[in-house]
Amino acid sequence: MKLLKVISPGPRTTVQDAGRRHYQKHGLAQAGPADRVAFLWANKLLDNPLGAACLEITLGGLEVEALAGLTIALTGADAQPRVNGRPVSNWHTLHLSAGDRLSLTTASCGRYSYLAVGGGFRSPVLFGSQSVVVREQFDALQPLQAGDELAGSDRGYSPDRVVPASAQPDYGLHLPLRLIAGYQYEQFSRADLTRLLTSDYRISAQSDRMGYKLEGAALQTPPPGIVSEGIALGSVQVPGDGVPIVLLQDRQTVGGYPKLGTVCAIDCYRLAQRQPGQTVRFELTDLATAQNERALLERQFRQTTWTPAGDELRWSD
Amino acid sequence: MITCVSDDSMLIRLGEVIEPSLTSRIATYCRAIEARFGDWLIDLVPSYTTILVVYDPLRIDFRGARRQVSQLLADTTLSDTQETGAGAVHDIPVYYHPECGPDLQTLADAKGLTIDEVVDYHTSATYQVYAIGFLPGFGFLGSVDEAIAAPRHRSPRDRVPAGSVGIANRQTAIYPKASPGGWQIIGRSPTPMFDVESLSLLQVGDRVRFHAVSRDEFRDLGGSL
Repeated sequence: MKLLKVISPGPRTTVQDAGRRHYQKHGLAQAGPADRVAFLWANKLLDNPLGAACLEITLGGLEVEALAGLTIALTGADAQPRVNGRPVSNWHTLHLSAGDRLSLTTASCGRYSYLAVGGGFRSPVLFGSQSVVVREQFDALQPLQAGDELAGSDRGYSPDRVVPASAQPDYGLHLPLRLIAGYQYEQFSRADLTRLLTSDYRISAQSDRMGYKLEGAALQTPPPGIVSEGIALGSVQVPGDGVPIVLLQDRQTVGGYPKLGTVCAIDCYRLAQRQPGQTVRFELTDLATAQNERALLERQFRQTTWTPAGDELRWSD
Repeated sequence: MITCVSDDSMLIRLGEVIEPSLTSRIATYCRAIEARFGDWLIDLVPSYTTILVVYDPLRIDFRGARRQVSQLLADTTLSDTQETGAGAVHDIPVYYHPECGPDLQTLADAKGLTIDEVVDYHTSATYQVYAIGFLPGFGFLGSVDEAIAAPRHRSPRDRVPAGSVGIANRQTAIYPKASPGGWQIIGRSPTPMFDVESLSLLQVGDRVRFHAVSRDEFRDLGGSL
């Protein structure tokens, strides 16, 4: 059934589910939410399958009208949401009646907001996924436009929930980017590695779902280009100008610039929520730490249930 | 050699130099990995000398994945490679003409060749598909004869039309979709390189030949100018 009508999509709003598997060999991007943590919370608030399709809203601006009574969940960047002009809270479930208007203004902090409905949005499936990669230009996978009507199933399920305060991140904080050394790391000079690990980098305005470009201490003697190879999520690529780029969900599948290794997945999700001008600093981590933390994050969503009050999660047996 | 590159990926490096025999081994290994490790395999990205293997870190860790893949590679014998390693051969029509190949004349001039000689060089080789990337269905093919090798434009064009056939150094490729691009464009093919159902026409390990067609043939084959 039709759930929401788009009045304005804002700067960019796309449908994202967990992303694609097994399609990179065709040159298709991995896709999926830029911030998987906020995406998982949106689905968790409604007890959805954790990969259910949500709206990913870039820098606010979205305005939608409810076409039926429904419950939504809103997480991620706080774009000062309002229902019929009245402020409502981010990181909560929200009940809308037919005709209600939800509007997001600008995100003063954070970049991507996620809007979930019970059971997830319905939209075209290509490559085993509903995720939209705008640069790939597939007719069935386009960003939202004014007038679009978004469908889903109405489960008549309307819990009152809020993400525990301790789990609501502050996207305004300076961000350490934990780097797993790999790829051509050993080919960078000692001086450049020191420069990388002791300098603050600013996030450039030229940052999007493909990658976040950084500004700051350029590496002086990056190694030359390499034979093109597969690019993992979080790869820190250093082109000839010496300024690192962190590659994210919509990155190209292969590339020939030297790479320092990868930012661990959790820090990629955090990086995606930073705005241009915010600062980051690289620090080294090891694989075991990164994998343990990632596994814990994923299990927190898979192996917990909400308390009756709906403001805390309890680990299930 | 298999190294960890991220918290869910490892890189298999099978050589340092680009050569066609390596590519058929890579294609064979990819098929074997896909057939065996469906339970934890998330993605595979074959390229010139490497395979990126993306695994589900909730199902297997790096050591386990590396051990299983190493064993499989050791068990995949040369005869298997010879048997299954030969990929498809694609014969791709191209309308070589300045009206859709804006760099054809300048490339010929720079190389001291006629346009017909450039076309002869481009159509006389059989190319290996070394990697797919940049855009869905964009195959990196090599190697073009040194006589027509030419570097990318210093500043890329804002829009290269779909089907455009380009050269960058000793590589050649067909743009599956309109895109910004810096390759030297010498013609246009009517052959769709990507389809949402059948996916990329080219696969790593396949081979490609080009043949010249006239403007009318190009149009009859569905090409548009």
